[in-house]
Amino acid sequence: MDFNANHFQLFNLPWAFRLNVEELESAYRKLQNEVHPDRFASSGESEKRLSMQWATKVNEAYQTLKKPLDRAAYLLHLRGHEVFSEKHTAFPPAFLMQQMEWREAITDARKSRNGSELDKLWRELKGETKRMEIQLASELDDAKDDAAAAMTTRKLKFMLKLIEEVGDAQEELDAA
Amino acid sequence: MALLQISEPGMSTAPHQHRLAVGIDLGTTNSLVASVQSGIARVLDDERGRALVPSVVRYHADGRVDVGYDAQAKQSEDPHNTIVSVKRFMGRGLADLGDPGRFPYKFIDAPGMVQLVTVAGNKSPVEVSADILESLKDRAERSLGGEMVGAVITVPAYFDEAQRQATKDAAKLAGLNVLRLLNEPTAAAIAYGLENATEGVYAVYDLGGGTFDISILKLTKGVFEVLSTNGDSALGGDDFDQRVFCWIVEQSHLTPLNAKDTRLLLTRAREAKEQLTDHDEARITALLSTGELVDLNLTTAIFNQITGTLVNKTLAPTRKALRDAGLTPEEIKGVVMVGGSTRMPCIRQSVGEFFGQTPLTNLDPDKVVALGAAMQADVLAGNRMQEDDWLLLDVIPLSLGLETMGGLTEKVIPRNTTIPVARAQEFTTFKDGQTAMSFHVVQGERELVSDCRSLARFELRGIPPMVAGAARIRVTFQVDADGLLSVSAREQGTGVEAAITVKPSYGLSDDEIAGMLKEAYTHAEDDMKARALNEQRVDGNSLMLATRAALEQDGDTLLDAEERAAIESAISSLEQRMAGDDPQAIKRAVEALNESTADFAARRMDASVKKVLRGHKLDELSL
Repeated sequence: MDFNANHFQLFNLPWAFRLNVEELESAYRKLQNEVHPDRFASSGESEKRLSMQWATKVNEAYQTLKKPLDRAAYLLHLRGHEVFSEKHTAFPPAFLMQQMEWREAITDARKSRNGSELDKLWRELKGETKRMEIQLASELDDAKDDAAAAMTTRKLKFMLKLIEEVGDAQEELDAA
Repeated sequence: MALLQISEPGMSTAPHQHRLAVGIDLGTTNSLVASVQSGIARVLDDERGRALVPSVVRYHADGRVDVGYDAQAKQSEDPHNTIVSVKRFMGRGLADLGDPGRFPYKFIDAPGMVQLVTVAGNKSPVEVSADILESLKDRAERSLGGEMVGAVITVPAYFDEAQRQATKDAAKLAGLNVLRLLNEPTAAAIAYGLENATEGVYAVYDLGGGTFDISILKLTKGVFEVLSTNGDSALGGDDFDQRVFCWIVEQSHLTPLNAKDTRLLLTRAREAKEQLTDHDEARITALLSTGELVDLNLTTAIFNQITGTLVNKTLAPTRKALRDAGLTPEEIKGVVMVGGSTRMPCIRQSVGEFFGQTPLTNLDPDKVVALGAAMQADVLAGNRMQEDDWLLLDVIPLSLGLETMGGLTEKVIPRNTTIPVARAQEFTTFKDGQTAMSFHVVQGERELVSDCRSLARFELRGIPPMVAGAARIRVTFQVDADGLLSVSAREQGTGVEAAITVKPSYGLSDDEIAGMLKEAYTHAEDDMKARALNEQRVDGNSLMLATRAALEQDGDTLLDAEERAAIESAISSLEQRMAGDDPQAIKRAVEALNESTADFAARRMDASVKKVLRGHKLDELSL
């Protein structure tokens, strides 16, 4: 094991999108238990510095693998594809139409201060992301269709942005 | 019960000796110091059995300083020189204070942080806090009877960079070795969780004298993981006093008050608020210096009416914290109440209604933070066996970012990211031949830079001239386990490198701290030297212990004879320097030993990571 191991190697997990979350969490905690700066509070400067670097790396790896979107992008990166590079901006028209409809629905609900409509949208969008995650698993792990997976990953990012917007609208409503 | 360990005289450097470490709750209204002894955390009382130290400092013209009850007793009599609630001014400029006229002080708008004018000269909030910390340190050393290796100092989870840095500076000024800055709700969760052996997701609602925090934590066996945190670093019990004060002024039709009367009525307001904790009404009487007489009756109903908006101001951050954690109130297993202000019945009721359950109040809300900090200090000092240790995973409360074109904020690290964390972002030049780039580091959630807190500005120079957009400047943000940020920038497109590391501008530079220390010791040059020597010896001793323990554990397997000899020679040269009385020489020997163990430390870290993974693999095989 060296400091340059990739995130999957770091936690000793298979290089795959399908992930046993409990295994990830348990490996994460075990690793942090060893490398966290709290374990080196009374050590010398060189150990303190190392510990911070390791703990930072372990946190980064954990956060990346934990979130499906980041995990998919990372897996594709390991396979040599940069999903979010600027040259990828094209989407199927049907997807863009759907995005616009959702965005309008959020704006309307926000303007009419309709909390239950926001809740409904939130559930709908969550359901859609779940569906996309299942699709990603089969594209990445079974079919090994990187091009399709890259497109799904980019779509997923749009979905998460929408969910965030619903959250912001709910927050606005809460604050009032 | 665990037996006390007593080491043989002269054997005090034995690796398993109990190392004295304390937890300090540096509160707005009151401060406390606690320590773990014989496995039990307890708050250290003064000679008269009092646990709390009022966070009040009084300065005399002759340089004497009173801290605590003595100072508090004089706050109405000598309001300008008696500083209360100084925590509200930590890391704050004059513009941050809103209406400075509501405080009985004369402020100076010094760069970065206000200063207070007293008979003993201008005092920065850092110095005032250092005086409180020093009195806690004295109490601890008297009570524990020995040299402390360090302290864990708690800060509100919602404290920003500037406020954290100011707190750490105050500790440094007080001569405390800071083992860690610990978030108050996290400290409370440690005390609560260990006390009750709890598992599950908990909310910690912490309303102190001047700050409000809400943290959502997941407690699993041996791990305290903060999921999200939110709050208001300028909302607390003081504001409730302020509302009652305004009500008194309004009801009694009082003319503008002098500092003495302001302080007197604020005190009466606080007393009335406290009385309403278990009474339905409180009588407020006061004779002002103008001869005016105040005589009013404050009922619970009126109190709830005039403070209702404050209670609601705590619920908005609570909702945000839950949303950030992706949870609903029903998913919270328990709500731990922390801070003296949670004694107010209106708070308990509102929080109970919000979460749909009765909040947990079985630990003393005034002491729980200090107790948790003491427990964490005990862990950090290395006094516990790793098997019954715990791990704390905390987050940053506010997003960190950079200013981009048009005064917009580009977030580099979003709030509620687990620390330590590093994130890098690449930027490029805007003009052909551009050789310098300036960066503005900000903290906050708003889109406009002007709505965020400005932390630091710095420039990267020496970028080789290129066409616009060709340079690649990588800016790296690193947040350490104390939640403190350092930023560096590097041009890497051409291999020409320049890097700079900045500290937030609100913090004090090491030189400024040294300057303050010098000032405090101008009449006692020897004291200062003694202190420096002492600090270096504590440092040297702790490094020597750690290195010896490491050698004993892994020296045989990870080092060859030559490498081992080099480290051992660095140890013995440090030992020699420590017998002498030159602090600089000890410092250099400490640095040399650190340097000689760098490779060894890296190998040890790799080995321990490997060990974990081996263990993990075995688990998998047994599935």
